[in-house]
Amino acid sequence: MASFEPGQNLPELRITPDAGLTKRYSEASGDQNPIHIDEGFAKQVGLPGVILHGLWSMAQVARAHVAAAGGDPRSLKRLAVQFRGMGFPEQEIVVTAKVKDASEGRVITETEAAQGENRIIRNAEAELSV
Amino acid sequence: MPVETAAVGKTWTGEPFAVDADRIRSYASAVGEGNPVHHDADAAREQGFRDLVAPPMFAVVYKFPAMAIAAIDPELKMNLMALVHGGQEFEWREPVCAGDRITTHVECKEIYERDGKGFYVFETNSRNDSGELTARGLWTNIVRGV
Repeated sequence: MASFEPGQNLPELRITPDAGLTKRYSEASGDQNPIHIDEGFAKQVGLPGVILHGLWSMAQVARAHVAAAGGDPRSLKRLAVQFRGMGFPEQEIVVTAKVKDASEGRVITETEAAQGENRIIRNAEAELSV
Repeated sequence: MPVETAAVGKTWTGEPFAVDADRIRSYASAVGEGNPVHHDADAAREQGFRDLVAPPMFAVVYKFPAMAIAAIDPELKMNLMALVHGGQEFEWREPVCAGDRITTHVECKEIYERDGKGFYVFETNSRNDSGELTARGLWTNIVRGV
């Protein structure tokens, strides 16, 4: 079992969503908002192009934490995020997390997800049971 | 124009959501969850799950239909065309497996205005057919330019 100390960084998660990802995620999740799948519609409403689903990006933060806890999905107890910048397909996302508190098998992290300087998920906090 | 707060406290209950194995697999693949417990029922049972188990964020999938019913309620007067997802919190309890039926109860907790934006906060509690809480969610929707 990995040990967790305050101030420690969890392993980074890096993933680059491919051009077809938002379509696959729309079908799998049920969130069919055209801003995520229709380039023309996205531009019509003033976006630079189709944007990632915030909840897909949140799922990457969740995945990074489950992996850091050893892979058991039951180890993730809570995750709270704020969606800020828009995320885009075909740009690498980096999820980072730092341990804020660790005691009696309960680990709290502060975490975020960014594409370059664009921090798409911020002020996020996760709780793991390890 | 101030936001309309009459709908605070209003509740909605979605139709039971039947969780099937294919939906778990396609969701797990779309978010990059490669753990065999999300793809192979035997691997999941070996790890102590009742059946193929959904990744934690699958909560989005079974809660979404109930949230959609709430969001389009005209009493909220929430402008869906100017809506952005501002924040999300989940707390997980009993894992969700293939074959489960999940019922989600939605409550409008707060409506307020800040910096010319409308904030709409909803809590969702989802339970399986045994009455066990699978996940609690807190959704913050922001409407620009109320």
